[in-house]
Amino acid sequence: MEALISLVIGVLTAGGVFLALRGQTFPVVLGLTLMSYAVNLFLFVMGRLAIGVPPVISDAAAGYTDPLPQALVLTAIVISFGMTAFVIVLALKARAELGNDHVDGLQRDEDRNA
Amino acid sequence: MNGLMHLPILPVVLPLIAGIVLLALRNAPLRLQRGVSLVAVLALIPLAIAMIQAAADGTHLVYALGNWVAPYGIVLVVDRLAAWMLLTTALLAVFALLYAIQGSDQNGRHFHVLFQLQLFGLNGAFLTGDLFNLFVFFEILLLASYGLLLHGGGRQRVKAGLHYVVINLVGSTLFLFAVGTLYGVAGTLNMADLAVKLAATPAEHAALVQSAALLLFGVFALKAALLPLYLWLPAAYAHTSAPVAALFAIMTKVGAYSILRVYSLMAGDTGPLANLLDAWLAPLALATLTLGMLGVVASTTLKQQAAYLVVASIGTLLLAFGLGSVDAVAAGLYYLPHSTFAAAALFLLADSISRARGEFADRFESGHEMPGARVLGGLFFVVAAAIAGMPPLSGFLGKFMLLKAALDSPLLPWVWGVVLVTGLMSVIALARSGSLLFFRTHSPHDPLSLTPPRNAALAPVAGLLLLVIGLVIWAGPVSDYATATAAQLLQPQQYIGAVLGVAPRPPEGQVTGGMPLAGTAP
Repeated sequence: MEALISLVIGVLTAGGVFLALRGQTFPVVLGLTLMSYAVNLFLFVMGRLAIGVPPVISDAAAGYTDPLPQALVLTAIVISFGMTAFVIVLALKARAELGNDHVDGLQRDEDRNA
Repeated sequence: MNGLMHLPILPVVLPLIAGIVLLALRNAPLRLQRGVSLVAVLALIPLAIAMIQAAADGTHLVYALGNWVAPYGIVLVVDRLAAWMLLTTALLAVFALLYAIQGSDQNGRHFHVLFQLQLFGLNGAFLTGDLFNLFVFFEILLLASYGLLLHGGGRQRVKAGLHYVVINLVGSTLFLFAVGTLYGVAGTLNMADLAVKLAATPAEHAALVQSAALLLFGVFALKAALLPLYLWLPAAYAHTSAPVAALFAIMTKVGAYSILRVYSLMAGDTGPLANLLDAWLAPLALATLTLGMLGVVASTTLKQQAAYLVVASIGTLLLAFGLGSVDAVAAGLYYLPHSTFAAAALFLLADSISRARGEFADRFESGHEMPGARVLGGLFFVVAAAIAGMPPLSGFLGKFMLLKAALDSPLLPWVWGVVLVTGLMSVIALARSGSLLFFRTHSPHDPLSLTPPRNAALAPVAGLLLLVIGLVIWAGPVSDYATATAAQLLQPQQYIGAVLGVAPRPPEGQVTGGMPLAGTAP
């Protein structure tokens, strides 16, 4: 399972980095999203993988899984969700204001001289 | 003593509450919103002074949120450095806000809410003693900064803002990777506890810890705009509104603060992270200073020049931190408020100059004679002298302390050469800008079309300059405090002992005398 999870994180990160380096805003946003998925999985795995054991104290428990990474992941998910929403709106605004969806958006002569 | 108990949390919750109140007041009269915002910012100054007084004798005020003691809960820690940063932020924020309430806060919605949340994030980042909490406060201050940067809109601003947002989102992802790796190895996120655990890392994990620490350094370097990660800064700062650019003068210092705080704690004398940054920080800082100053010389507008001066000042600051001795770090801590105030003053002044020049704005070309050129020119002269490090202003003292501290460093020729040559370059560049803006002018065809600067718009600039001058007049006490701060930072055992040695407080009724009561908890 460790190998599979590592592979998933690696592929997500690689895809995210590749997309984030594209020239259009939409692939960049997708790339940032993929990277945030990768880092969420990564944080989760940092508590070690354990199956079927409780995160909170109970008398019947044979062992425990680390509850802290789960709390961290929740925080990270909320933050990345909000950031994604923001960056999508910003990308749309940039598309509207700049007239194209390139990340370096400005093609007008007046702006080159500004 | 009891009043002191909750002091560390106040600078964090006050802007948060003010931000929420301002959100509720969004339809209230503008005058009321401005008043609430200003009162909330002014209240931060006495709080910061109280913290400096509490921390000046070397104590660490440790505040365990929810009475969960370290390393299990999140702690806020006030030491000399945190109090110093808080005071700098509060003073800067007052003048930025005083400028903003003269009109630029009306260019978009929710300026005051974002401004307060920005302070919430900044103060939290300076106070927290937990690495993940630092990430959360970084996100808060970044999200508020996105809103402030884009405030007012406009094509150039949106374009620069998009770059700023995307690169910071990538930075946040890397921050989480680094934090996750450190947690995976050490099993803790409290910075003091991390310092203890990392020093005892088994050898097979050393490479993992080092890569996480360097990744974290990369993230902080991105926030601080260290070479080669500074490219987002000039466009973002040059195109945003003046009060926001002034407030952002502290934003790069957050990165520098984080480098200082995290690595002074985690590096230690032994263990896998000992001397980790020695090979990186000072050379990169020297290169940043050089390239930033080349940018200053090559700038085509005054705001762009101010932005590159911010890059150059972060180079000087991190050079001081990179040298690592008590004297060098003290020089950096003295230079930090100076460079913040001076850069903010230049951004605010550039806005007034730009208005007074009409169609020529702040571009470096021969333009109309400005109305009120004497006052503007006088202020520009003082600001430029301060930034370039001319005696007798505080920039000179800061650089002098840095050069003196470098005397017994192996990098001595590099430090002296680069700092002195870049100092000369900044004098030349600013003198050229000043002569272009103020002397090579012609009479306007229609003098009435140009708006003379209002005194109210120049008052914040003058106020910031008074702070710079205050840094010279009280240079003795201030540099003593900076030296004490540096000495405290280089003995992380004190911080670690203070954070990990706190016992949980007993319930309210049992407090007798208000001292920390070890062993009496129920």
